[in-house]
Amino acid sequence: MTDRPTKLACRNVWKVFGSGAERLLREDSAPAPEALAERGLVPAVVACDLAIAEGEIFVIMGLSGSGKSTLVRCLSRLVEPTIGEILFEDRDLLRMPMAELIELRRHKMGMVFQHFALLPHLSVLGNVAFPLEIQGIARGKREARAREMIELVGLAGREDHFPRELSGGQQQRVGIARSLAVGPELWFLDEPFSALDPLIRREMQNEFLRLQKLLHKTIVFITHDFDEAVRLADRIAIMQGGRVVQVGTAEELVLHPATDYVAAFTADAPRAKILSAGAVMRPPDPNESFAGEVEAAERVAAIARKVEAASGPLAVIEAGRVVGAVDRDIVMGVLVGRRTD
Amino acid sequence: MHVEPSSVAALTADPPTPRRGRTLIVLVLVLAISWSFTLLPRGSLPRWLGELPRDLQLPFARWLRAFMSWLVEDAALGPLAFRDLTRGIAWLMTWPLRAAESLLVTGIETGAGSAAVAWTAPVSWVALIALMAWLAHRAGDRRLVALVTLAFLYLAVFGQWRSAMVTLSSIIVAVPFAVGVGLALGIKAVRSVRAERLIKPVLDLMQTVPVFAYLVPILILFGFGPVSAMLATIVYAMPPMVRVTMLALRQVPPEFVEFGRMAGCTERQLLWKVQLPTARPALMVGVNQVIMLSLNMVIIASMIGAGGLGYDVLTALRRLDIGAGLEAGLAITVLAIALDRLSQASAGRPANTAGRRADRVLWGLVLLALASMVLGHLLPWLAHYPDAFRISTAPFWSDLVAWLNVNFFDQLEAFKTFMLVHLLVPVKRLLLAQPWPWLTMLLAWLGWHLGGWRLALTVALAALFIVTSGQWANAMTTVYLCGVSVLVATLIGLPIGIAAGLDPRVWRIVQPVIDTLQTLPSFVYLIPVVMLFRVGDFAAMIAIVLYALAPAIRYARHGVARTPAELVEAGTAAGCTRRQILTRIRLPLAVPEILLGLNQTIMLALSMLVITALVGTRDLGQEVYIALTKADVGLGLVAGLCVAAIAIIADRLIAAASLRTRRRLGLEG
Ligand SMILES: Nc1ncnc2c1ncn2[C@@H]1O[C@H](COP(=O)(O)OP(=O)(O)OP(=O)(O)O)[C@@H](O)[C@H]1O
Ligand SMILES: [Mg+2]
Repeated sequence: MTDRPTKLACRNVWKVFGSGAERLLREDSAPAPEALAERGLVPAVVACDLAIAEGEIFVIMGLSGSGKSTLVRCLSRLVEPTIGEILFEDRDLLRMPMAELIELRRHKMGMVFQHFALLPHLSVLGNVAFPLEIQGIARGKREARAREMIELVGLAGREDHFPRELSGGQQQRVGIARSLAVGPELWFLDEPFSALDPLIRREMQNEFLRLQKLLHKTIVFITHDFDEAVRLADRIAIMQGGRVVQVGTAEELVLHPATDYVAAFTADAPRAKILSAGAVMRPPDPNESFAGEVEAAERVAAIARKVEAASGPLAVIEAGRVVGAVDRDIVMGVLVGRRTD
Repeated sequence: MHVEPSSVAALTADPPTPRRGRTLIVLVLVLAISWSFTLLPRGSLPRWLGELPRDLQLPFARWLRAFMSWLVEDAALGPLAFRDLTRGIAWLMTWPLRAAESLLVTGIETGAGSAAVAWTAPVSWVALIALMAWLAHRAGDRRLVALVTLAFLYLAVFGQWRSAMVTLSSIIVAVPFAVGVGLALGIKAVRSVRAERLIKPVLDLMQTVPVFAYLVPILILFGFGPVSAMLATIVYAMPPMVRVTMLALRQVPPEFVEFGRMAGCTERQLLWKVQLPTARPALMVGVNQVIMLSLNMVIIASMIGAGGLGYDVLTALRRLDIGAGLEAGLAITVLAIALDRLSQASAGRPANTAGRRADRVLWGLVLLALASMVLGHLLPWLAHYPDAFRISTAPFWSDLVAWLNVNFFDQLEAFKTFMLVHLLVPVKRLLLAQPWPWLTMLLAWLGWHLGGWRLALTVALAALFIVTSGQWANAMTTVYLCGVSVLVATLIGLPIGIAAGLDPRVWRIVQPVIDTLQTLPSFVYLIPVVMLFRVGDFAAMIAIVLYALAPAIRYARHGVARTPAELVEAGTAAGCTRRQILTRIRLPLAVPEILLGLNQTIMLALSMLVITALVGTRDLGQEVYIALTKADVGLGLVAGLCVAAIAIIADRLIAAASLRTRRRLGLEG
């Protein structure tokens, strides 16, 4: 991901709820949690540094109350951070005058909400056209664009329905269409599928991936479901008590958890779908004969069949060279969740 | 509802006995001392303990009078004299009112008085009924259509049409004004902490000072007439709209606001396109309240110049013409019920679902109504409901009352005497015997006990205000009448409420009754009561009890009915009988709710009390009423503020007690 330019970055962002928080942070740049608690302050986001690359799906994970929503609201400046710096395309979001921020939100940002936040007094069409209406775009034009978006999320024919007449999944499709109507570059989604039941959630995740293939947005996606993160993320940030404790790909988190907390978080992860052949291979014996080969980047789940069917170990190839070997033992080990360390 | 485990423990564990014992001793002691004051021979206590001598009183009334005359004569905003300003406002308000009256009452006229030339008739009764029926159809079901149609037909058939239209004109002008101003203030208060700090206490005062008290200043500033009446109505009906707006805007889920901001709304767009539309259902509740309060003001407003049904009731009451009074009173009731149900149904209906066809029909009907004005000029039966088919029930009511009084005089009289001798008079004597330092001290102690020194101070200051303004004896009479009425209302309301909370079938019967009771303008209660019991404290008490009964029932039911199911199940599992579940689980948990109901009952009782001054009570209400007839600003406002002081004392103490119980039960941290 490092080759792409950074779209959104934050440096040392803090959000501490309660009065007198700012003064305290100006005096003491890294106050102890006890010092905060003593004054009745609630640290929701603590010393956060992130850099999100263009076109990346960046997932923020953590338990309830770990500060995910607050962090995302700081990134979009819905919540004013107590201190820190937020850079959108190298422009400081926090110093930006309100008028400029409004322009930015109108054209470059979109957000999807956990409970959909569809305006109850507007039809599906009215809801999707709303962000355009706010910009003062003429009715005919904005409705044409809204219809396009509704079609994109597969709700054509329901333009005149009201939100209360739709199912949860359909409502969130409207939410997605609405957030895409202005063609944003940066797309925030705060637990967009948490309020949906598991089957619908899966369907929506697929829908989401399909859209991203078409649209190539920069995405900040919140979830507290590790499976969801694994399916969608390019990189995952794990939050605990307001702190981002680790950022990395799912594989990095599983293989090298920075703390016990991350280890516990990833303990029940579907390792076969996360780990690649390159991560689980053993060194090849000097004169070993292979029954076939696999790419180092392929996931274990994807090569399991091949390994099972093969008569012997398979070579792991990276850039045309054999870098290791996988055999039935290794794949079984991953599938039953045996730790290699 | 979220229930802490500790609340179960709080319920099952007995409170520590020594504390309960001490509370009991203190209570008995206090009562004994208070009682002993009644045993003292008259005149044995120094006079100043009963009422502060004149030269020690603070001349609030004089100050207010001086302020008022300064306002009227000298005050100016730059070059604009204050009096010109008020006249300007009055003049501005005349126009919409005249327009409404032209439409509904007189038809379009030029010229004034006897030289007036009518160009059209008013909107025909047929057209208006059709319009109302269509509105009902749009908002609700067939039953609503029937209700609204019958209500307006009633007005026509029983000869109340013209008066009702005068009343309706003032309402259709006052309601949008009150809603608009209330909305604006509410929005202001939500947006700025400073504005909220300013607005809130004013609202508290506006809702506790009886209406009569500010009739006089309005009278002086704006003169006698329908405009003053309408201004008073607006002032009276607006506060709930402010509160509802604040509440409604605050209850808009934060996600909606965040969505609006992310869409790039400016503050103004956020308000008009996101917050207000999503708060619409809650705001409509406020509109409904404004309509109901405006109707409640109809009779009172006629004291300062409003015509219409209110005026009819008032004059009938003064003549003791029971039949006519009841007929006009019923007309107000009918109007109130129709408008209440109609506005409630519109509030419940989701926006934008009626469709374009329905809108077209509506506009068609409006055009028809306008056409009927022209046609009515040619066809008198269209303009006015023909007299030949008019029915009057006045003689029937008069006869009924006469018959009741002839046949049941002894029973009614015996009941009245019994209540007077055994309840009203003893309580009155007890309260009037209390020296003010003793009661003030008791109140302050109670405040301290329930909510700390701040509450103690508030309560003591409110009591001292009454003392220093020289209204102690009047205030005690008010407390006595209010107290007895609240006691009776609670004794009747609590069991009904509990029964309704336990059994939905009971509630299904009780609910429509108290809904209707709450829709009736307070004045209407006086009519039958005076008919049966004539004037005096007893009649006043019955009227107050009827008026204030509803919240006692409503809150008790709510408290009992919403006991968390797990707690009831836990009780059943622990082998409690149904009775034990009621007394050990449901009732203790309902105490905070019941206290809130008590608070509401007291507030309603106090507001009704002032109105009962018309039937000859001798308390603060009477002072206010006398001040009104003499147009004495000072006295009226001071007596009104004393009522507010009583209301504030009761309200703050009960709120503190409710909070305390909630904490004890673990319902609140
Ligand atoms: N407006 C606020 N005032 C005070 N504290 C707040 C406020 N908003 C959030 N918090 C606190 O900040 C912390 C982080 O909250 P946040 O909503 O960001 O968590 P979250 O990770 O999004 O949780 P969830 O998964 O439940 O949505 C919590 O302890 C919360 O109580
Ligand atoms: Mg959240």
